[in-house]
This record gives sequence, structure tokens and C-alpha cells, in this order.
Amino acid sequence: MHYQKYRLIVPFLLPAILLYGVFVVWPYAQAIYVSMTSWRGVSPSRPFVGLDNYRRLAEDSRFVEALSRNGQLLIVLPLVTIAISLVFAALFTQGGQAIPGAGFYRIVFFFPQVIPAVIVGILWSYVYTPNIGLLNGVLRNVGLGGLQRSWLTDPATVLWAVVAVAIWSSVGFYMVIFLAAMQSIPSSFYEAAVLDGATRWSSFRDITFPLIWETVRTSIIYLSIAALDFFILIIVVSGGSTTMGAQRAEVAALYLYNQAFDKNRWGYASAIGVVLLLLTLVLSVGIMRLTRRETYEY
Amino acid sequence: MNAPAIRTVEEAPAALVRERPVAGSGVGSATGAGLTQILLAGWAVAVIFPFVWMVVTALKADPEILSSPWRLPAAAQWDNFARAWTQARIGRFFFNTLLVLAGSLAGTLLVSSMAAYVLARFPFPGRNVVFYGFVAGLMFPVFLALVPLYFLVDDLGLLGTYQGLILVYIAYSLPFTIFFLTAFFKTLPNEVGEAAILDGASQYQIFFQIMLPLAKPGLIAMGIFNFLGQWNQFLLPLVLMPDENRYLLSQGLYFLAVQQGYQNDYGALFAAMTITMIPTLVVYVLFQRRLEAGLTAGALKG
Repeated sequence: MHYQKYRLIVPFLLPAILLYGVFVVWPYAQAIYVSMTSWRGVSPSRPFVGLDNYRRLAEDSRFVEALSRNGQLLIVLPLVTIAISLVFAALFTQGGQAIPGAGFYRIVFFFPQVIPAVIVGILWSYVYTPNIGLLNGVLRNVGLGGLQRSWLTDPATVLWAVVAVAIWSSVGFYMVIFLAAMQSIPSSFYEAAVLDGATRWSSFRDITFPLIWETVRTSIIYLSIAALDFFILIIVVSGGSTTMGAQRAEVAALYLYNQAFDKNRWGYASAIGVVLLLLTLVLSVGIMRLTRRETYEY
Repeated sequence: MNAPAIRTVEEAPAALVRERPVAGSGVGSATGAGLTQILLAGWAVAVIFPFVWMVVTALKADPEILSSPWRLPAAAQWDNFARAWTQARIGRFFFNTLLVLAGSLAGTLLVSSMAAYVLARFPFPGRNVVFYGFVAGLMFPVFLALVPLYFLVDDLGLLGTYQGLILVYIAYSLPFTIFFLTAFFKTLPNEVGEAAILDGASQYQIFFQIMLPLAKPGLIAMGIFNFLGQWNQFLLPLVLMPDENRYLLSQGLYFLAVQQGYQNDYGALFAAMTITMIPTLVVYVLFQRRLEAGLTAGALKG
């Protein structure tokens, strides 16, 4: 039996471990070595330079600036996305009943999540485009023409224009997650609360929110990791990785991409990757600790 | 895919995502209900409108797109779709994408279900290390591995090949698929397998003839999930498929959009976007409930 068992375990696990080891684990591990070389261009030589790339990164104002944009995203993206999703999830039921149209809204809100990010990005680039764009058109039509601007090149707006797209496309996803979590709360809790004179807001604050906290917390971590990545939308919405708009919204991951695939500075780019990898880890563990609260079993 | 299989799929999520009243206070007044509807309807319009605008624009002639972005087309320009398909080569990219997905989806499901089956049902030393090793992959964004991955795939002689992209797609789909299917295999009853052993079936027969058919709902859920994930994948082909003849859809669409500034064929661009969106729309509408359950499973507690 044991013999037979291992004759199954080994061949069944091997393909997965091999593929994962070669194409996922190994590249991450290699990134650490490459980040300590000054490898660039097409040259096969990879001179070892120790921590030089990291020292240069610390003094690279462009990198620091990019990272500070990630810092702003880290605050805004989770906060706004979760707030809107929570409000919508809470609104979905009224007086103990699912509101009319709940099923329809749910299908629609979730939809942008399943659409290729590239389509979402291109579509919004035409929403923001100055002359034929939808946004400026709407502003003109409602008499707010004075607010029109070139959203994707104006340094004050470009990053936030892209953040709005990210929020627009992910609110439905988080709303559905929160709804699913809310549905596992026994309705007797709410019935008891009503008897005690609870309002809609107080039962949300005192029952719903604490009971779905674990889910909210997971969502904070997801969105924080997304805030550290966040460059596909920037390059697609602004029309290319080296456009003026993309540079004015440059986040660390975009800087990495351009250093690597535009400038061929592989060693330096890998150092950026390793820093981001560490930040991702620190951030996830940090948020887990900071958001730890008493959990309720029910 | 036959009808009964689809029914099984639809039954499971009905239990998972049943519409149960949530916040239960009776305070909601008529104005509150009205306000709620306005808010939700407003967001719904904000979501739908850009897509409708996209499809309508795909049917307009270029001068109309530039001069009257708000009007409906004077006459539907189906030619935009023809140009997108042939001249902009969306047809070619569509075919390339199908080719890669045929291999990567089958591979993802086979490799993951074998690993998940063993991880779920056969205790062995180091099992947890292997399991959490896979799950850890969920945490790291793909772009962090991009530079070394590019050179690795090149060193293996797989850069710009369909096989290379298929293997990479499978590898990056493993963490979530194994995570999901392991939980699924744990829920299957033990008795069936034990009875089969008494009947003299080998472990391989048990897996392929008994367990895999039983796991069909889980496999279908992961099939849909990975179809969308891999169909929408952009970064991996962007870096690993430099050969223009082998571009995948997302990537081809991106370059089409970037070049649009020079060529000014907006109609074809919007038609290309519409063509790319259709398969995801169809899959979403058909399997919406099952997909929600799969996508949100990872984020829910327990």
C-alpha cells in the first residue's frame, strides 16, 4: 500500500513542482542575483557589483518619486474602493429584503472585472482624450466646460485619472465579496437588533462590519499589493510606456519596466524588483498585524 | 460539454450565493429606497455606458467618430469589423490566443488536479511545505519576475514560441488552481475510493475514472476562471511574444491602440476591442454565478 502510495504521489506532484519551480520560483530567486550585477544591454557578461545598484536606487530621485506615487496609491486605492463597495453592499438589502434589481446591479457592477484590462484601459483613454473624449464632452454638455482639461498629460490629474479607472473596475468585485460575507451572518442577529431599537446604520456598524472584518482585511491586503504594482493601466490608458502621460504617472513598477525593456539595464531593474518584492512582503505582514482584531465565531 | 454538467455547475453556486436578506432593520423609508436606487442605477450607468459607447463607435465611420462622438451612426459600418479582422490582424491574434489557451487550459487543469488530489488526500512528510509553497505564489505580482523570466524563457529556446507561453501560463495559474482544487478534493467522500481498491482498481484508475469525474464542478469552475484570466493576460505575452505574427489578442490590441495615433483608423480599433470583448462577455453571462463563487472564494474567510 505504501509503495503504491508513493508511486502515485511522486508522478502526480512532479509536473506541478517542476513547472512552478522553473518558471515561478527560479525567476524570483534569480532576480536577487541579477540585482547584484551591472548587467546591461545584450552583453552576456554579468559583472558582480554587490549592493551597488541598491545604493544608487536610494539616491535615484526618479525612483524615490515613483515610489512616493505608490505611497499615495497605497492610501487612496484601498480606502476609496472598499468604502464604495461597502456602501453598495450595505445598500443591497433594505428592510430585510433584497432591493429590486439587486441581481441586475450585481451582474453589471462585476462586469469590468472580467473584461481584459487592456480593453478597459483603451476605452478610458478615449474617455479622457481632450477633443473627442467623453469626459470633456459631458462637462461641456452640462455647462462645466471650464473644468475641461487634458486629463492624461496634466501632471496634476494623470495619476488620479488612472486610479479612477482602477476603482471603477474593481468596486463590483469587492462588493460581491462583501455581499457573500454578509450572507453568512445569521438573520436572527438583525432581528434581535431591531427589537433592541437598532437603526440601519447602527446594525451595520455594530453587527455587519465587525462580522465581515476578516474579509475587509483580506481586501485591504489585496488592494495594497495592487497599489504596489499598478502599471498595466497606466501604460494602456496613457497610450504607451514611454509617453509623457505615463512618465508623469510613473510608479515604481513602470520605472522597472522601462529600465529593463526600454533601457536594457537588467541589473538595475532587478534591484527595483527586489525592493518591491520586499516591500510587498513587509506590507502584507504589517497590514495583517495592524488590522488584527478580535474575531467573532458564529 | 453536455447539459447535465452545466446543471451541476449551476446548482452549487445557488447554494453558495443564495439571496438572503442581509441588513435587517425595518427603518428603510421610501426616500431611502429611492435614493438607493438612484445611487445604484447611477453606478450601473457609469459601468455600462463606456461599453455601449465602444460598440456604437465600432459601427461608425471615422469622420463621424471625430465630429459627432455623441450621435448614433448614420449607417452601421460593418466594414470596420472586416478591417479589424484582416488588416489590423485581429483574426490572426484571435486564432493565436485560442491556440495558446487550448494548450494552457488543458495543461493547467490536468497538472493542478493531479497535484491537488495528492495534496488533499495523501498525507506524506512535507505535504504542508509543498502546499503553502504553491499558495505563496498568490502573493507576488507577475511583473517582479519579468526580467529573469524573459531570460530564462530565452535560454530555454522558448522565447516567442507558443509552447513557451503555454508552459508559463500553466505555471502562473498553478497557485490559485491548486489552492481551489485541493479544498474541492477534500470534500469528496472517501468511501468511493476505498470500495474501488477492494475491487482491485489501481490508484491511477481511481483518479482518472472515479475522482476526476466527481470533481467536474470544481474543474469547470477553474476552467472558466482560468479561461478569463489567461484570455485577459497582457504582461506575459507582451514580454515573451516579440514576434508580431504570434501576438495574442490583448497584446495586439495594445499595439493597435498605441499606433492609432499615426494611422487614424478609429473605427477598426473600436471594432477590434468589441471582438476581443465578446468571448469574455459570453462566458461571463453564461457562467456568472459559478464565476463569482470561484473568484471570490480566495478572498473569503475559512
